[in-house]
Amino acid sequence: MMLTRSRVLNVLTASLAALAVSACDKKEGGESTTASDTTAIKVGILHSLSGTMAISETSLKNTALMAIEEINAAGGVLGRKLVPVVVDPASNWPLFAEKARGLLTQDKVAVTFGCWTSVSRKSVLPVYEELNGLLFYPVQYEGEELSQNVFYTGAAPNQQAIPAVEYLMSKAGGEAKRFVLLGTDYVYPRTTNKILRAFLLSKGVKESDIMEEYTPFGHSDYQTIVAKVKKFAQGGKTAVVSTINGDSNIPFYKELGNQGIKATQIPVVAFSVGEEELRGVDAKPLVGHLAAWNYFQSVKNTTNDVFIAKYKQWAVANKIPNAESVVTNDPMEATYVGINMWAKAVEKAGTTDVDSVRKAMSGMTFDAPSGFVLTMDSTNHHLHKPVMIGEIMADGQFNVVWKTKEPIRAQPWSPYIPGNEGKKD
Amino acid sequence: MRLSLSAFALATVLGLVRPTHSMAPDDLGNFAKGGPSERAKLVAQWAAAGDTDLSTFLDRLENAEFRATPDGRLVRGVDGAGFVDVATDSVIGPAVDDWEEIVVSNVLRAGVVGARAALDLSVPDRDKRLQAVDDLQEADLDPAILPALEKAVDSETDPKIRLLIRGVVAKIALGSDDPAKRIAAARTLGEDGDVANNLKLLEDRLAATGEGGLLETDSTVRQELAAIAATLKVKAWFYEMAGHLFTGVSLGSILVLVALGLAITYGLLGVINMAHGELVMIGAYTTYLVQGVFRSRFPETESVYVVAAIPAAFLVSALVGIALERLILRHLYGRPLESLLATWGVSLVLIQSVRSLFGPQNVEVGSPAWLSGSLVLQSNLVLPWNRIAIIAFAGTVLFATAMLLTRTRLGLFIRATTQNRGMARCVGVRTSRIDMMAFGLGSGLAGLAGVALSQVGNVGPDLGQGYIVDSFLVVVVGGVGQLAGSLWAGLGLGMFSKFLEPMAGAVLAKIALLVLIILFIQKRPQGLFALKGRQAD
Repeated sequence: MMLTRSRVLNVLTASLAALAVSACDKKEGGESTTASDTTAIKVGILHSLSGTMAISETSLKNTALMAIEEINAAGGVLGRKLVPVVVDPASNWPLFAEKARGLLTQDKVAVTFGCWTSVSRKSVLPVYEELNGLLFYPVQYEGEELSQNVFYTGAAPNQQAIPAVEYLMSKAGGEAKRFVLLGTDYVYPRTTNKILRAFLLSKGVKESDIMEEYTPFGHSDYQTIVAKVKKFAQGGKTAVVSTINGDSNIPFYKELGNQGIKATQIPVVAFSVGEEELRGVDAKPLVGHLAAWNYFQSVKNTTNDVFIAKYKQWAVANKIPNAESVVTNDPMEATYVGINMWAKAVEKAGTTDVDSVRKAMSGMTFDAPSGFVLTMDSTNHHLHKPVMIGEIMADGQFNVVWKTKEPIRAQPWSPYIPGNEGKKD
Repeated sequence: MRLSLSAFALATVLGLVRPTHSMAPDDLGNFAKGGPSERAKLVAQWAAAGDTDLSTFLDRLENAEFRATPDGRLVRGVDGAGFVDVATDSVIGPAVDDWEEIVVSNVLRAGVVGARAALDLSVPDRDKRLQAVDDLQEADLDPAILPALEKAVDSETDPKIRLLIRGVVAKIALGSDDPAKRIAAARTLGEDGDVANNLKLLEDRLAATGEGGLLETDSTVRQELAAIAATLKVKAWFYEMAGHLFTGVSLGSILVLVALGLAITYGLLGVINMAHGELVMIGAYTTYLVQGVFRSRFPETESVYVVAAIPAAFLVSALVGIALERLILRHLYGRPLESLLATWGVSLVLIQSVRSLFGPQNVEVGSPAWLSGSLVLQSNLVLPWNRIAIIAFAGTVLFATAMLLTRTRLGLFIRATTQNRGMARCVGVRTSRIDMMAFGLGSGLAGLAGVALSQVGNVGPDLGQGYIVDSFLVVVVGGVGQLAGSLWAGLGLGMFSKFLEPMAGAVLAKIALLVLIILFIQKRPQGLFALKGRQAD
């Protein structure tokens, strides 16, 4: 009996040890961050490389590494090399805060590029504000936030969600009269849908013509929801606005295909689905469904051609899985723009000090792959971005059917949320 | 004008007369000037007129060869020659910045698809005609196409296609000027075709308003329409419920599959196996590996890889399970708390090992062609093939397991061991070997669930985590130690959440379900099916 108990203890110890190992940091760039390398500037990369968000965030880590390599090849920043410190917060929101604290206090990174979901950004925000760190956040989000310690290189609602819904209501977009707001259950979809609901009501859409639905993270059975959308669509021309995030999108789009929901009947416009998410899906049944972004891989201009070619080359050289079929997307472009703007700002400020870089960032410009020269707003920490609406093509790329002529200034405080009047951005 | 157009259309669809061109320069100009909806309308008009050039025109449109100039001319890019004016065929030269590229967006695509379908309605290939009439169901058609369609009904030899074209005809005829025609159309819509869509057509017609109030003013027609709509409504409700029933059974079958292995390891052996979900995950990854082998070695028979994955996943998961039992669990029989902790540790080890071996990202497991798509009974009753296959698979596995437990020697020994271990040993059953076999069986069943899950969801290291709670719920609600209990509990929970979901949403449905289960367990701790009589534990 004693023997068995001691064996049990052994087993338990072994499993706990395994737990501890799995919880440990996995720093990919860690090998080159030696203490003797005092001239190097450390750059934190905080993206989920496992869990439900890995499908979207892994390519952002890759883009960041590529951009850093590129900057280093051109002589670095202030004559110093950039050294990436990659950590994996594993789609676990509290872990984001822990990892961010580690990056700022132990690795002492000059800047962090990271987060996808708003819940992860909200989780790290207090850490960056407390320790006066600098975070570049590359994904479209719901607004309602303006931190001195964050630069938002993705879109605010008026740079993505509102124009997309306006397009669906327009003649060219099919004059949708009823709207299904479908999302993953967390802060970004809830807030965006609150803004959209207020916007739709202001445009004369009735409450009864709006349906709101949420699913948990990682939800994989969309049969009922798709059937419900079909039924709702019997009541008039319907469009679906999807803020589903992460790998739930794969079963969702598979179900749309299986149930034969055609874009000409019920178009689905997504705010968190781009080229990368569609890689794992057969896009043929999805032709015509839409996405609203500020960049698409299919945009034709020389800056973009170079950007795509560089990323493909980098992916092959670094043996990324399925390197031959890698794609670029909007948050990747935003990451790339963010890193380059930060590097330029550091050169301008002559230091990596957060307060000086923040000042230098205001009004910074960069010739972006979207084909526009993007400007960092002088006060509100958001980029001026062009808005594009693309339809999915059979090869998983997007055909741009509508875009703004000029970049648009971000409104982080949406006028459609009560109480935002008079908030300064 | 309308008459002559119809005549042309009729002639073209039948292929009797050499058709003509209706794409007048004016129309082309309007096409260039208009927005997507005007363009779609023009394309529909041309299709109704049966223009022979339309097919080439549509090809070019879809290839994005056309541009619209600000002064309202339609130009087309030609290889080497820059751009030509479509109306006059004269060369204009290179593109100018302010020309608008004509892209096929959804609105225009609807017109293009409809136009192509109208052209394809008279081709000899049956599948093409079927596809064409399918597309026509959804297209916005120009009423001028009606006579052509009516002729197509007469000339169509295939009864199924004829029925479908009749439906399209009825859809257009519902707006006809002749009340008798409208009633006839409504009757056709009431008899066959898609219930939900036809119901919508009738209701739209009843509610449609024009400048002078309601469009449908004839009271006899209104009565007739309303009566037909009412019967269709009942039918639509019936189909909708059948849809809920199907999704419920589908979810239930997955729950049963996942819980079946647990019903054996937990129900019969009394081991709380927290690593059960990971055994499911291993089954899914085995499917992925088998798919890889088929892709590289036997690409021509790739579509049957799922079948080959079934025994492979069973074996791999069973072996992992047997190793788990031999190395750890056999020392812990009768000590549920320790086995719970140990198996939880094992589950973490397994997740991390898979993460290290295959990477943290989901791996792509493709659905073979015969498992994609769906059986369309009605537009609101669509049964995806993969779900149908899983229901059948779950039924087969359940049946085989029940047979194994009740009709074989091994099954007899397993039941004997679980009911009275001491007695079984006395009569010569090697209980330790039986434990191992039973645990292997339970684990193998988990592997089979993995094969099924790989066809409906994402395959990643965390796959099993999402199912462990559900499968324990099924086993506990069903009654520990009962296969039949697991079946009814799995189906019941599946049905329950799918009937609740449309009312309360996915998140609330889940919460409500858990609350109900807690209440149920309070009232009936032994589960749905309790073992009768004295348990010899």
